[in-house]
Amino acid sequence: MDQPLPFVEMRGISKYFPGVVANDNVDLTIHRGEIHALLGENGAGKSTLMNILYGLYQPDAGEILLNGKPVQIDGPNTAINYGIGMVHQHFMLVEPFTVAENIVLGCEPRRGVWFSRRQAIAQVEAISKQYNLQVDPRARIADISVGMQQRVEILKALYRGADLLILDEPTAVLTPQEADELMQIMRQLTDAGKSVIFISHKLKEVLRSCDKVTIIRRGRKVVTMPTAGASMQELASLMVGRSVQLTVNSNPSQPGQSVLQVENLSANDARGLPALRNVSFDVREGEIVAIAGVEGNGQTELVDCLAGMRPATSGTIRLRGQTITNQNPRAVVEAGVAHIPQDRHKHGLVLDFTVAENAILRNYYQPPVASGIFVKQDEMVDYATKLVEKYDVRTPSVQTLARSLSGGNQQKIVVAREIEQQPDLLIAAQPTRGLDVGAIEFIHKQLIEQRNAGKAVLLVSLELDEILALADRILVFYEGRIAGELSRDEATEENIGLLMVGGTGKGGDGVAS
Amino acid sequence: MPAKQSSNPAGWPQRISTFIKHLPRRTITYIKQVWQANWETNLKVPLTAIAFGLLVGGLFVLSIGKNPLAVYLAILESVFGSPRSFLDVIGQATPLVFTGLSVAFAFRTGMFNIGAEGQYMMGLLAAGIVGIKLHFLPRILLLPACLLAGTLAGGLWGAIPGWLKAKRGVHEVINTIMMNYIALYLTNTLIMSAWLKAPGYQATYEVDPKALIGRFMGTTANWGILIAAAAVAVTYYLLWRTKFGYEIRATGHNPDAAKYAGINVPRRLLSALVISGMLAGLGGAIQTLGVKRRVFQLFGFTGVGLDGVAVALIGRNHPVGVVLAALLYGVLYRSSAMIQLSTGVPRQVIGIMQACIIFFVAADEIIKLIMKHLPQRGKAA
Repeated sequence: MDQPLPFVEMRGISKYFPGVVANDNVDLTIHRGEIHALLGENGAGKSTLMNILYGLYQPDAGEILLNGKPVQIDGPNTAINYGIGMVHQHFMLVEPFTVAENIVLGCEPRRGVWFSRRQAIAQVEAISKQYNLQVDPRARIADISVGMQQRVEILKALYRGADLLILDEPTAVLTPQEADELMQIMRQLTDAGKSVIFISHKLKEVLRSCDKVTIIRRGRKVVTMPTAGASMQELASLMVGRSVQLTVNSNPSQPGQSVLQVENLSANDARGLPALRNVSFDVREGEIVAIAGVEGNGQTELVDCLAGMRPATSGTIRLRGQTITNQNPRAVVEAGVAHIPQDRHKHGLVLDFTVAENAILRNYYQPPVASGIFVKQDEMVDYATKLVEKYDVRTPSVQTLARSLSGGNQQKIVVAREIEQQPDLLIAAQPTRGLDVGAIEFIHKQLIEQRNAGKAVLLVSLELDEILALADRILVFYEGRIAGELSRDEATEENIGLLMVGGTGKGGDGVAS
Repeated sequence: MPAKQSSNPAGWPQRISTFIKHLPRRTITYIKQVWQANWETNLKVPLTAIAFGLLVGGLFVLSIGKNPLAVYLAILESVFGSPRSFLDVIGQATPLVFTGLSVAFAFRTGMFNIGAEGQYMMGLLAAGIVGIKLHFLPRILLLPACLLAGTLAGGLWGAIPGWLKAKRGVHEVINTIMMNYIALYLTNTLIMSAWLKAPGYQATYEVDPKALIGRFMGTTANWGILIAAAAVAVTYYLLWRTKFGYEIRATGHNPDAAKYAGINVPRRLLSALVISGMLAGLGGAIQTLGVKRRVFQLFGFTGVGLDGVAVALIGRNHPVGVVLAALLYGVLYRSSAMIQLSTGVPRQVIGIMQACIIFFVAADEIIKLIMKHLPQRGKAA
């Protein structure tokens, strides 16, 4: 092949951690002006490879070539000097500072010994114009949206002269609309001669927005190929190493009696403003009801109310006729509700507890795990071992800290623990957020199994694909109300999407009062 | 082999002798196992910090033109010089075990109990008052009553900031510091009153002899160490073997998840500070009954509760770690007096060492960095 000299070439990179081969002889070539996807499951070694490129780790073997010349990148500052910038999944921004202040932070324009705010704003305006990335340099970070904050991160890298941008799972925190905008931004950057490495495990985005994709599995490079002509099935199989079933819910539901009845439920958000307004719906045995909507339209408050973690300001919640409105979380669980919370790190797990201790979070106070005032260690270990085996949690032992497991395995602990409560109603709030294809497949299967076993399942998700794959009925939330209800047959990405942004979908008969 | 004779009663003496014969080896194996299991997580940082603390203290001694080796020898002699000095180290460490456990317990619930000092003082005071005023009780009632009074007084001093934290969300650091001052001035007000003050003493009357805890060879070491050992064991079991301890630790690591699990987080915060205060208060009671025998006027904080924070820190908030750290502090307390006498080096050098040890434990990232670079330098050399 006769190609121009690549911008960055990583050759034969290997990195070992105690007991783990994170990267094994990985090659990666990035050309100027290309969007290169790095695809792999959690723990496959994507982040390690990028941390090596960004100078956070040193490779144990292999070399990095920049414009054909070998370089040693011994820290992020060196990487920045070489024109490599990284936008981390969790933003590194100073919230009380303004956009301009954040962008210039660390290399501020000065007038004498003073920081020149005017010059900073002018520079930020110039650079945002150059790359057509609109931001308000005077706005405070705390006041702008997540999508805007990401834009600030990108500008921060560009301000430092980055020619190659590493975006670490950039769409994980974005709404579908913001994600679309990001795709455009990436294209604008590559048109201006920059290169982008796009780390993701969302196949659709990779196919839609990237030129090339490198797939990594268990620390090894599987393949680098152009995305043109590739299919989602193909990428998924290469990533996981076996064929993956992407859609799971096949047989139609046979709903039975009503399990959960919600009537005129209202609740406030954390700031005390109304977030959930007069919502009524029910969930029956043997069906998956999905709640769709852009983040922040009352879904979180709904789930919190149902789980007893937030007071309802009015309305009632009944479980099989028994009122559980404003009960504490334990009473709700004992009434028969299981809850896979949307933030497994905040609510679902105690990260500094062992796997075993996390497995008993729901039943640590009941026999057989507890006896009198004691928690029986043997019973705890037995119970956890049973869960770990049944739900295929990959952990060195049940005495391992939950913190050290991958996201997928952490979520499996939560799912296992909740399903083992034998609930009447299973609430799954964004159960696959941030997980890889293998783990998503597993959790989807579990939800379907619960439905088929006659349980009522309430799924809250921001991913339309997930909702379309699993739901028997779909409720679309907009500004704390049910904007529309769609059956499985009438739901399409288009009509859900319309309802999500406040339009009126076709299925008008289901619109709540 | 002797194993076959186990069913035979006549084999008992032999089994015992076999057991004794293997005891040293087994002990060594056991210590090795514990060492290996804890080196990375619990031992590396504190031990390195102690080494650095001694080193920096030595450099300071060198800088004032004295011999650091003489200081190290003086430290050793102040511990192993005689059985009495060894006992005194244990005696100095005993109250620190209680305040260290107190701070560690609160820390496991995610709270920083600076108030161990005040809770300890309340323990000193309450045990003294009961020991003086209820002198008509028989020993079998009086001694437990004194210990109970100290424990409850400490518990009360933990309950107030605990309640404010649980119900009002007031930060416990502020409140426990306030409670320290209240305890200090309350103690001084009461013991200087005619009700308690002994003529000619800046202190109360002596506690009734029936309430006293026996000392060992006239040193500060006393039978209170049995209570300390029990407190260590109870704290350990409470934290890691009971439902209550599970809730405490869940609350400490992640209050949101604890709430999700149905744990009443405010109530656990309150009960954790009460127990924390009770531990410190019990330590104070034992100090009055076993060592001081009167409650003396205080010219400032005793330091026992404040050093409890350091002891918990160095002991990694683990009951066993707290015992080891308290013993270290016992050594340093005792040697600070000895050093000045035998080497002429100012006793403040011990304070420097203490500060360095705490500094290096707190800055364990620095230690990790140093440890990472040490072997590399070794290879290069």
